Amino acid sequence: MDRVVQVEKGASLWQDALHRLRQNKLAVAGLAILAVMVAAALVTPWVAPYAYDAQDLDLGAARPSARHWLGTDQLGRDVLTRVLYGGRISLMVGFAATAVSLLVGVLYGATAGFLGGRTDSLMMRIVDILYALPFTIFVIILMVFFGRNIILLFLAIGAVQWLTMARIVRGQVMSLRNTEFVEAAVLMGFSHRRIILRHLIPNVLGPVIVYVTLTIPNVMLIEAFLSFLGLGVQAPMSSWGLLIKEGADCMEEYPWLLLFPSIALSITLFALNFLGDGLRDALDPRGAGE
Amino acid sequence: MTRFVARRILEVIPVLFVIVTLVFFMIRLAPGGPFDAERNVSDEILRNLEAYYNLDAPLHRQYLDYLGQLLWGDLGPSFKYPGWSVNELILTGFPVSLELGLYALLVALGIGLTAGVVASLKPNTLRDYVPMSLAMVGICIPNFVLGPLLVLAFGLWLGWLPVAGWEGPSYKILPAITLGAGYAAYIARLSRGGMLEVLAQDFIRTARAKGLTEARVVLRHGLRGGLQPVVSFLGPAAAGLLSGSFVVETIFQVPGLGRFFIQAAFNRDYTMILGTVLFYAALILMFNVIVDVAQAWLDPRLRDEIG
Amino acid sequence: MALLEVDDLRTHFHTRNGVVRAVDGVSFAVEPRETLGIVGESGSGKSVTAYSLLGLIPTPPGRIESGRAQFGGLDLLRCSEAERRAVRGKRISMIFQDPMTALNPYMTVGAQITEPLRLHEGRSRREAQTRAADMLESVGIQDAVMRLREYPHRFSGGMRQRAMIAMALITSPELLIADEPTTALDVTVQAQILALIKRMQAALGMAVILITHDLGVIAGTCDRVVVMYAGRILESAATRDCFKQPRHPYTQALLASLPAAHVKGEDLYTIPGMPPDLSIEIEGCPFAPRCGHVVEACRRGRPALEEVARGHASACLRVQAGEL
Repeated sequence: MDRVVQVEKGASLWQDALHRLRQNKLAVAGLAILAVMVAAALVTPWVAPYAYDAQDLDLGAARPSARHWLGTDQLGRDVLTRVLYGGRISLMVGFAATAVSLLVGVLYGATAGFLGGRTDSLMMRIVDILYALPFTIFVIILMVFFGRNIILLFLAIGAVQWLTMARIVRGQVMSLRNTEFVEAAVLMGFSHRRIILRHLIPNVLGPVIVYVTLTIPNVMLIEAFLSFLGLGVQAPMSSWGLLIKEGADCMEEYPWLLLFPSIALSITLFALNFLGDGLRDALDPRGAGE
Repeated sequence: MTRFVARRILEVIPVLFVIVTLVFFMIRLAPGGPFDAERNVSDEILRNLEAYYNLDAPLHRQYLDYLGQLLWGDLGPSFKYPGWSVNELILTGFPVSLELGLYALLVALGIGLTAGVVASLKPNTLRDYVPMSLAMVGICIPNFVLGPLLVLAFGLWLGWLPVAGWEGPSYKILPAITLGAGYAAYIARLSRGGMLEVLAQDFIRTARAKGLTEARVVLRHGLRGGLQPVVSFLGPAAAGLLSGSFVVETIFQVPGLGRFFIQAAFNRDYTMILGTVLFYAALILMFNVIVDVAQAWLDPRLRDEIG
Repeated sequence: MALLEVDDLRTHFHTRNGVVRAVDGVSFAVEPRETLGIVGESGSGKSVTAYSLLGLIPTPPGRIESGRAQFGGLDLLRCSEAERRAVRGKRISMIFQDPMTALNPYMTVGAQITEPLRLHEGRSRREAQTRAADMLESVGIQDAVMRLREYPHRFSGGMRQRAMIAMALITSPELLIADEPTTALDVTVQAQILALIKRMQAALGMAVILITHDLGVIAGTCDRVVVMYAGRILESAATRDCFKQPRHPYTQALLASLPAAHVKGEDLYTIPGMPPDLSIEIEGCPFAPRCGHVVEACRRGRPALEEVARGHASACLRVQAGEL
């Protein structure tokens, strides 16, 4: 009897949120755009009109035309192809770095929240102090000195974002630890693993999902920013950030080289932010605005 | 209150210490040295250079020497610009960056607060959706995209504003807007949220029941509470303005500390890097202390708790 | 000549789930110096009535569909916003239920109390401060001058309510509307606050509308009482008459469910059923589904509030027909 009630309650919470999300048109649009971008990134090698590094030196930089929908750059490379491949890298770095921050943040936060007491105070004090510093400076130093390795890039960028994740997770874990149903579960003799899996994790998931969705655009932004400064992704690989830099360098003569990657990046960031906002509103039990 | 402030200031010192140590060892342990680029230099001159910059001593010795120097406030000589000390470079570059940062903050607060407060007055109407959508655009267009686009539009196509440099007032407009735009957007969202929450409180109804005009209700009774999220945002915002300055100063060729830092990083100018990092860190930490104090002071309930 | 005359007030809320008829045809009058009680369960529309009079209803979802509220030479529901603002806080003042949240935590008590004086009477700061200190003392707060400089969170619940009363009465209004002024307070403090209101009323010669769900409060302080249910008035009478001989099944049921009306050890009587959903148009008497004396005629049309004895009106068809 109890189990039925519990399952029902769990289902309706998520269904409720899903329903609210579906009503938020901007969030749905964001999700759609994101899906398109990710799909495009995945199928690029098969779908791109030209080879990644195919040059056409006779053509040089050309405006958008029927043959090259987004034009070409100074080496005659098709811009659409470059934007597609750049998207692959940008998105990949985005997801990978977010995964890093997720992992570190969740472990750190869950540990602090679960252990509580002095350990928690200390751990959170460290977070507070680190929070105030501009991590980007450290990332810049890292990238300059330790080489432009893409794996290092994920790690470095991920390291910038884990703090808030840790805070969120710790807050959730702490408030859950003291709830009556967890105490009851402990009294009933459920194993720690069971408590964590069936009770803690579903309740922590909500804010974590929201934050992950909002971290990805931040991370992509940092990657783009680093690439723009010449410290991120390196040629021959390309990312939207790098493309934007190349475009900015010659924007007077060939503005389309700046415009298209900028639009691609901005739209993706838009989509992710709207989706993240929508998720946050949907999962917020207060149901803001209703 | 003074004890609170003093305690927060004291907390800053160990953090700075950790940062110095971390960065010091990080850059020294990295492959390559500051003079790798000078290939046309003979070995003997190289050795002299290294001796001058104390690079031939064992690492821990260098570290301790550096710490000793720090106590005197001496950040050492620049590796890349002989004859210049890091202190001098910072003193040249920082005022420029500070000016840029202040203008950007003014832009951000001016546009952001107005947009946010106006939007909160009539939620879920056009007066709300339009500014908030523009705010979203501001957040999603990175400053290194906005910068070139503004340059393209206002500098090259329309020719209204100069595209690079820092010589006069007209030079400062585009960089300030580029740097401030993203923060205007965040502040707009935060102030809208904060105001909405405050305006829904009971004491606002009491204020209306006293016969106050709507303007007075919003400004005199609502603003103080509604702006709290903006004040707490100022800390991270300062940090962001700082890192934003790297890009903006690079794009617009502004001779500020941000640009020096980036160049120093590329040039592996150890002392410059360390000095700038320390300077920035100290700056931000102090700024955060100020923000914390301001927040506590703004809410009378917190003021009493802290004493 | 009544101080305030309300005629057929209807306030509806246009929400996503339909139109909620919070106040649906309410008429009553308040004489100078009298205390009128508005009693009803939560959701009966009593607070909304008061807010409508002062124009404090949030107007995107809410809308005053019809009605007149004649106060002196002014129709409160149809006057301009500027005229309404001139009345609020000066001629009609209001105090609210929860003193914890009704005072601005970011402003000193003094600043809040002097505000109506400075706004409506243009007094200087010093004049207003003196008046405020006097006012605080007359509501029973010691060390008034020092208290003025403090923030609300330093006051206890009872003190905050006293401060609110001081704030409301500092301009000597003609009418005070008190929305559940004692509900959020300790029982011991409740009596003190009610006594304070009565004392101030006598001193200032003003009328009071007291809104509450507590029949005991009504019995102790009001001259006349109006019983509201589902946005309508079901009975209106002098307090003594209403309690001695309630002339509406709802009022009778309310009185019967008071714990004091029971013999010790007896099961408590509760009115069966639930109040109606106000987003659905009600056909007939709103109390019909729960009434022990209901007949077929009760479910049709719309029973009007009619006088059934001197100064005693009821909206029950059967009472009007003399059957009950």
